Amino acid sequence: MAVQHSAPKFASNDGVIDALSESISVWVIDAQEKHGEIIFTVQRDAIEDVLRTLRDDHKYQQLMEIAGADYPDRPERFEVVYMLLSLTKNHRIMVKVSTDEAAPVPTVTTLWPNAGWLEREVFDMYGVTFAGNRDLRRILTDYGFEGHPFRKDFPMTGYTELRYSEEEKRVVYEPVELPQDMRTFDFLSPWEGSDYVLPGDEKADGAPDVDKPKVTETPADTGAGEDAEELAEKGTEAVPPDMVEVEIEQEEKGGDS
Amino acid sequence: MQIEESPTTDGNVITNYTINFGPQHPAAHGVLRMVMELDGEVIERIDPHVGLLHRGTEKLIEQKTYLQALPYFDRLDYCSPLCQEHSYVLAIEKLLNLEVPERAQYLRVLFAELTRICNHMLNMGAHVLDVGAFTPNLWIMDLREDCMNFFERASGARMHSAWFRPGGVHQDVPEKLLVDIGDWLDNRFFQLFDDAMSLVMDNRIFKQRNVDIAVVSRDDAVAWGFSGPMIRAAGIPWDLRKSQPYDVYDRMEFDIPVGTNSDCYDRFMVRVKEVRESAKIIRQCLRDMPDGPVASTDGKVSPPKRGEMKQSMESLIHHFKLYTEGFHVPEGEVYVATESPKGEFGVYLVSDGTNKPYRCKIRPTAFSHLQAMDMMSKGHMLPDATAILGAIDVVFGECDR
Repeated sequence: MAVQHSAPKFASNDGVIDALSESISVWVIDAQEKHGEIIFTVQRDAIEDVLRTLRDDHKYQQLMEIAGADYPDRPERFEVVYMLLSLTKNHRIMVKVSTDEAAPVPTVTTLWPNAGWLEREVFDMYGVTFAGNRDLRRILTDYGFEGHPFRKDFPMTGYTELRYSEEEKRVVYEPVELPQDMRTFDFLSPWEGSDYVLPGDEKADGAPDVDKPKVTETPADTGAGEDAEELAEKGTEAVPPDMVEVEIEQEEKGGDS
Repeated sequence: MQIEESPTTDGNVITNYTINFGPQHPAAHGVLRMVMELDGEVIERIDPHVGLLHRGTEKLIEQKTYLQALPYFDRLDYCSPLCQEHSYVLAIEKLLNLEVPERAQYLRVLFAELTRICNHMLNMGAHVLDVGAFTPNLWIMDLREDCMNFFERASGARMHSAWFRPGGVHQDVPEKLLVDIGDWLDNRFFQLFDDAMSLVMDNRIFKQRNVDIAVVSRDDAVAWGFSGPMIRAAGIPWDLRKSQPYDVYDRMEFDIPVGTNSDCYDRFMVRVKEVRESAKIIRQCLRDMPDGPVASTDGKVSPPKRGEMKQSMESLIHHFKLYTEGFHVPEGEVYVATESPKGEFGVYLVSDGTNKPYRCKIRPTAFSHLQAMDMMSKGHMLPDATAILGAIDVVFGECDR
């Protein structure tokens, strides 16, 4: 497909997969080029060797980013993606490994000092551990935070909220209380409606009976319930208040307005 | 380390002590807490604690359609909003393989460069303020205000423009705005800017505070993942606008200023020179900008004009679909990085074929730079930390996301 977009153009991808695969083929699970990006999927335990080879033999000098991603349906649900940049070849590639909650990924802080924080972020957000990273603290979330917020099963609203308590004169943490349910719309099909129950619809028992016309001939038709019907039969002693004429006196305001 | 018998303390023993720099400190450029271990006034170790401004932008983006997620990018690095949008819209366009009309590309480059000037005005002003100069900040802040007025005239908003859209820009600019930008560059900008810079560039105090502070070797700069002015100050002529051109940067003539000494002074001077190069690019954009549409003509991605909607049923349907369902992006993943004023700002976008991003990882520029804070500050005095921070050009909206 001809390139029509105007996104950054780096050196050509032609033959890169073959050239790189030669030296890292033993560890490569999959190599593909899609949307102009070269992505290698490699064995988890070999990530350090792969990246060292790419850095030293193939001149990918800079580690620009480590991104985590969560795919809950897969047996190994997390992906850790390393973005490499070659300043001399003017080229970018991505290298991926997959892991789960338990299996640690070997650290690459031995290769790049800036991997430290990047790994800490993936750990913080997804709970992926990195074997050999000696400073695997949380980085972005609050002190004492529990859970890994970017996992797909972590709710968007979180579990705790904090506020300043005037009584206790300090910041207190409380469970999240929403005055109204959080609304998420998928907007996927505005034409057909959704195949799941919309928020609020669960309160109705069954679909409304559209064939029967709505009338209020008898008290039973109002749908106000048995108690209300009984009351209506009995009647109340309350009578409309007598109409009393109220004189509304307007005070005259002094001066011109 | 312990100084056991110090002549200045009457034989009292002084040990290292730890202080908090921040989280609320005017020279921390935001909410940065640095736990500093000091030996007297000499920094032994710095542990920066970031994340105090973490808002979970990436998670929020996963719940929004591609277009709804765009304004979050203005709020990352709020000093250079349009440059953040640039990475994001280019990532979407790369996945869609969407052609952008020429005028839109020129407009984007023009406003990205105006944003760069705007950003550098703030950073240089803050940097000189951090090391004790007051006046230049006031002067160049005035120029920043001018830039903001231009953004307002183009998009209606001073900071959070949301003006770059997938497929182009939101709306065309009035002719008078382009004239005024050119006029501003010719008659106002450089007078004020040169005046302000003449106060600091050769100033003895400014040099004493910045020259030879936080020298980073070329190898270190590469290994620590530096980008932008930080890597250029180390003498590496690396600029994504030049090496990996996007939009119409490949048609622009401009130079990449590099430093020789890789200290805070060089970082400052690289920015000074960059402002001049940006002005050059803006002039070329104004000179060469063609007429034509400012957004993709693909009705499945960019919305129709209001006038068309009144006339054509199809446009009306497109409009409705775009603002309810949004557009679907083909499955795949891309990493698109552009040269934001602070360095490489990247977006790793994963699409699962629906109308919302499956994952949108943002690569902030400050993350790598701030991480090197410990390495850069070791052995320097406490007041140098502010100069180093100023030269990094860190903004926490972007660092913490």
